[in-house]
Amino acid sequence: MSSVVVIGAGHAAIQLAASLRQGRFEGPITLIADAAGLPYQRPPLSKAYLAGHMDEPALALRPASFYAAQSVGLVENDPAVAIDRTGRSVITALGARHGYDHLVLATGAANRALPVPGAELPGVVGLRSLAEARALKAILGGLRRVVVIGAGFIGLEFAAVAAERGIAVTVIEAAPRPLMRGVSVDMSAHLAGAHRGWGTRLLTETGVRAITGSGRAEGVELSTGEIVPADLVLVAIGVVPNVQIAEQADLAVGNGIVVDAMLATDDPMISAIGDCAAFPMAGQPGPIRLESVQNASDQARCLADRLLGKPAAYAKLPWFWSDQGALKLQIAGLSGGHDRTVLRGDPASGAFSVFCYRDDRLLAVESLNRAPDHMAARRFLAAGASVTPAQAADPMFDLRTVN
Amino acid sequence: MPKVTFIEHNGTAHTVEAANGDSLMRAAVDNNVPGIDGDCGGECACATCHVYVEAAWWDKVGGRTETEETMLSFAAATKDNSRLCCQITMSDALDGIVVHTPDGQH
Ligand SMILES: Cc1cc2nc3c(=O)[nH]c(=O)nc-3n(C[C@H](O)[C@H](O)[C@H](O)COP(=O)(O)OP(=O)(O)OC[C@H]3O[C@@H](n4cnc5c(N)ncnc54)[C@H](O)[C@@H]3O)c2cc1C
Ligand code: FES
Repeated sequence: MSSVVVIGAGHAAIQLAASLRQGRFEGPITLIADAAGLPYQRPPLSKAYLAGHMDEPALALRPASFYAAQSVGLVENDPAVAIDRTGRSVITALGARHGYDHLVLATGAANRALPVPGAELPGVVGLRSLAEARALKAILGGLRRVVVIGAGFIGLEFAAVAAERGIAVTVIEAAPRPLMRGVSVDMSAHLAGAHRGWGTRLLTETGVRAITGSGRAEGVELSTGEIVPADLVLVAIGVVPNVQIAEQADLAVGNGIVVDAMLATDDPMISAIGDCAAFPMAGQPGPIRLESVQNASDQARCLADRLLGKPAAYAKLPWFWSDQGALKLQIAGLSGGHDRTVLRGDPASGAFSVFCYRDDRLLAVESLNRAPDHMAARRFLAAGASVTPAQAADPMFDLRTVN
Repeated sequence: MPKVTFIEHNGTAHTVEAANGDSLMRAAVDNNVPGIDGDCGGECACATCHVYVEAAWWDKVGGRTETEETMLSFAAATKDNSRLCCQITMSDALDGIVVHTPDGQH
């Protein structure tokens, strides 16, 4: 019976194990985790968990009973340090050797470090792991002023939670607008307005020279020379894929571990899925890498099917969500390269969608507090269907009729 | 603990325990029951936890919420007895409930 070893135990790894067992895979499955404890969901860390609306047990991706009942081995607190491709085994920090017939790299990504003086001071934190979120949650109540560096999804989600707690928040962004890579100008402008409305000071086209403070972070020195005082500095300037172990094993690595349409690396016995994988997608100029639960879960399902003898190229529609305060943003498709947007609904009402087109071809739909638009868009974009700009803008046009 | 039975499209039945207060979706995912994805984690925002409730239990599970009604309109192959099972909360009154999963959730 063939065995599957997975490096990492995040969203992608757990879904892979669950899908393999649902498909009656009977060989051993071993997940190698660098942390202790039950594998958990990350999205709530900057949302419901941090805001106190969700407790720690509810974060678990699966209960402890799942691993025993499904016979999924979980190696905790013992990171994989090397892959022996000829011997088909993975070596861990503690020196254990796990032999595999198929190896899956689901190593995720790590926070990008801030390359300025003072970045190593206590009080400068990141938000990716449960340990980081737990520490942040424990001190949140005592904070008066925080600076968030980076107006990406995680930075803005944290800013919304902090502002709601009455903390004075300053968000510093180097780009001309928040979520520059993630959303259209229209959506970005609306979200910027919302954060400012909650009292957050949002500075764009602003750099960071240094974190100031003696012994701990006390402020952030901006490119303008201003020093913004802070009890805490959250660095949220994006992530870098965890590719080291693949690189050392001489697998192809670019902006992520390079895989083909079947999610296989250049070694047919090794695949990569989730945040760490750079994969081809129709309509994209080169390999892309996505950071979303959808991408991790759907790639895991696709790979499970292949390991179960039903190979198919990965071709799922990307979708994403982000909650900022009472705002629920949902995105279907990839908007990169759009040259025209059409609004559906009135932004002033707080519920609207932005349809992003390139040459009259619909690339993506961004919905704010309009889940039905998102659901419809996911369905018709996945089916390869589209709506015209005129239909998109017409409130009487029923998106459910498109297919 | 109260029990719930999920019957797959192909007829395979899975009877699992569900803690009072947990949703049926949670019970299915925790026990790796095939046919329930629960992609949104129970926020009533994905419609990948669609089930058909057996007639004997329909009145006991309560009605659909407005959001659920909207979400269900995007699910495939809905019927009069369709529900999103992240919106059904387990209780002693539902001990023994039987629901069927559709052919697919996507
Ligand atoms: C705060 C936060 C909020 C988010 N919000 C959203 C959201 O709203 N919507 C959304 O779609 N996505 C969101 N994301 C992104 C989403 O969580 C990721 O895309 C998803 O976790 C990717 O899953 P993965 O399995 O690829 O990687 P991960 O979940 O990161 O898991 C990879 C695991 O592998 C471990 N690992 C790495 N190297 C080794 C090694 N050598 N040995 C052993 N273990 C190793 C890592 O430590 C990690 O635990 C959020 C992420 C964060 C951090
Ligand atoms: S789990 Fe998403 S709607 Fe029920």
